[in-house]
Amino acid sequence: MTKAKTLYEKIWDAHVVDQRDDGTALIYIDRHLVHEVTSPQAFEGLRKAGRKVRRPDLTLAVPDHNLPTTARLDAEGNKIPIADPASAAQLEALEANAPAFGIKYIGASDINQGIVHVIGPEQGFTLPGTTMVCGDSHTAAHGALGALAFGIGTSEVEHVLATQTLQLSRSKSMEIRVEGLLCPGISPKDLILHIIGVIGTAGGTGHVIEYRGEVFEQMSIEGRLTISNMSIEAGARAGLIAPDDKTYAYLKGRPMAPKGADWDAAVAYWKTLPTDEGAIFDKSVTINAADVSPTVTWGTSPEDVVPVNGTVPAPESFADPSKQDAARKSLDYMGLESGQALRDVMVENIFIGSCTNSRIEDLRAAAAVLEGRKKADNVKWAIVVPGSGLVKAQAESEGLDRIFTDAGFEWREPGCSACLGMNPDKVPAGERCASTSNRNFVGRQGPGARTHLMSPAMAAAAAVTGRLTDVRELTR
Amino acid sequence: MQPVQRVEGRAIPFGQKNVDTDVIISAKWLKTVSREGLGAGAFESIRAQEGNIFDDPEYAGASILIAGDNFGCGSSREHAAWALDDMGIKAVIAPSFSDIFSGNAFKNGLLAIALPQDAINRLMEVARTDPITIDMESMSVTTPFQDRFVFEMDPFRHQCLIEGLDEIDLTMAKADAIKRHEMNSDSAQPWLKPVAA
Ligand code: SF4
Repeated sequence: MTKAKTLYEKIWDAHVVDQRDDGTALIYIDRHLVHEVTSPQAFEGLRKAGRKVRRPDLTLAVPDHNLPTTARLDAEGNKIPIADPASAAQLEALEANAPAFGIKYIGASDINQGIVHVIGPEQGFTLPGTTMVCGDSHTAAHGALGALAFGIGTSEVEHVLATQTLQLSRSKSMEIRVEGLLCPGISPKDLILHIIGVIGTAGGTGHVIEYRGEVFEQMSIEGRLTISNMSIEAGARAGLIAPDDKTYAYLKGRPMAPKGADWDAAVAYWKTLPTDEGAIFDKSVTINAADVSPTVTWGTSPEDVVPVNGTVPAPESFADPSKQDAARKSLDYMGLESGQALRDVMVENIFIGSCTNSRIEDLRAAAAVLEGRKKADNVKWAIVVPGSGLVKAQAESEGLDRIFTDAGFEWREPGCSACLGMNPDKVPAGERCASTSNRNFVGRQGPGARTHLMSPAMAAAAAVTGRLTDVRELTR
Repeated sequence: MQPVQRVEGRAIPFGQKNVDTDVIISAKWLKTVSREGLGAGAFESIRAQEGNIFDDPEYAGASILIAGDNFGCGSSREHAAWALDDMGIKAVIAPSFSDIFSGNAFKNGLLAIALPQDAINRLMEVARTDPITIDMESMSVTTPFQDRFVFEMDPFRHQCLIEGLDEIDLTMAKADAIKRHEMNSDSAQPWLKPVAA
């Protein structure tokens, strides 16, 4: 009998090109996503060394990080220039490098443009059982479809462009088993924030996490993408969820997905991928789904989570002295006091978007809360940034854009937006933002910005009340 | 990549602990399109201070940086290695480095040399007045005063650095194995090729 293997081991083993004595292996990369921020120096390196891109057909380029989310074309259909010269230079570099190296490029005003991690699955570029990389840590998201996907640095981007491989050492495997089902009104975002709260931001260090349990089987692909996306905040190299009928139904007919007989062969192969019974994980954590409530962050680390009906913890409540110190600094930065009820915390900004929560299901969940309501007066800035042009078009066909704009939200063009302060969308210093993104680091949404991470429905609820709110109060 | 056998010269006795990559090069420099020119932004927040060590004429042209524990922690930006290289630094000596930083340094031919704190203290003292020498062959750091500190390095990295082998060259030497993998998957999994949309 062959050894029982995990999903991770199966994907790894199928991609070993060469095994070195020191335990590292040369791993073949099936899919490479490229964006404007981490690629210019990689292309510069190729040019200097006179190298080509080995497999342009396995590479897909799209701008997202720097791109403003305001209109991209004027009334005559001409490109609106980008004000920040540094952003403009990076965007132009990608626009020139992609065709120069024969790579497919989705331009800023193409309806297929969007955040790399939204368009990969949406185009059918992401497939189960493949290895996938991108110069961005949230590449972990694609693990939702059963792809081994992880972020890399610029030198590695150059290495993959030149050789279609990476020299890697095998990670350990970790199982996060969630028992039971989520209570009504609890979203995948609440679950992943809860998980990170339990295991901590170092909980997955050195591991690839496989999420297992009925809750994931019942979850949509959009929800799984939200979960796997934040594996990186749990310290892991990558996240994985076994492909199943939901995955195949999601991918079937996508533009870059296999067709006809190829499709059938692909599905037959994908069915062999799930972790075998009896396979052993290096580490295993069990989470009880019933314990998950609507969750928000209070501090400046994604592990600083608390149920929205709870209170800001006291730094002394942490056992680890360095964590106590970090908590003190966080509270100071966040302008919060221990013991304060989260529900009393007022917010001035709302951001619904990012590769964690900008897909159609996310927008539907937020719109369901906002329908027939308006944002509170103390909310100065509320924006919705769809993850891609296709998500935007779908939402518009369902009339969601109207619900958002009627509620006082701005309806934007796709991109990373206020997830990180690289483009014009920033949260002003000292102000708070209810955000559906993935990082609440100091200065992440702009210098001095105070981020509270939460689900799209919760961000919508915060918009309506002007403070952190249990969305179930509005939907009951 | 240039082979590195020996680094000799003045060293900046910086000594600070937990220098994160944001201190080495701040986020605003991430929006560049070249590896070159980042030296101008290196240690910007420190250089804004009057009398800082980086602008001290005593250390002009220094090729070595001496730092404290956990050098290069924080964000994984490779720009930190590029910025150090662009400011003329060929080697950083510290008690420890963040893993990501030492990986990035290696990829860019920058030496990241770990030595115990007492060795660092002695080198900091010497660096104020005299040059120091790093010899990759004997894996040692020496001073004009007979000090000799031996360091360790991953044998693979050591070989790459002294021979100037770039990782891409090393992988390209495996072109046959890569080709074989591609041919196997073309026949066994033809659907792996994305449909040109
Ligand atoms: S949305 Fe945020 S996390 Fe996602 S790729 Fe863009 S910047 Fe990174």
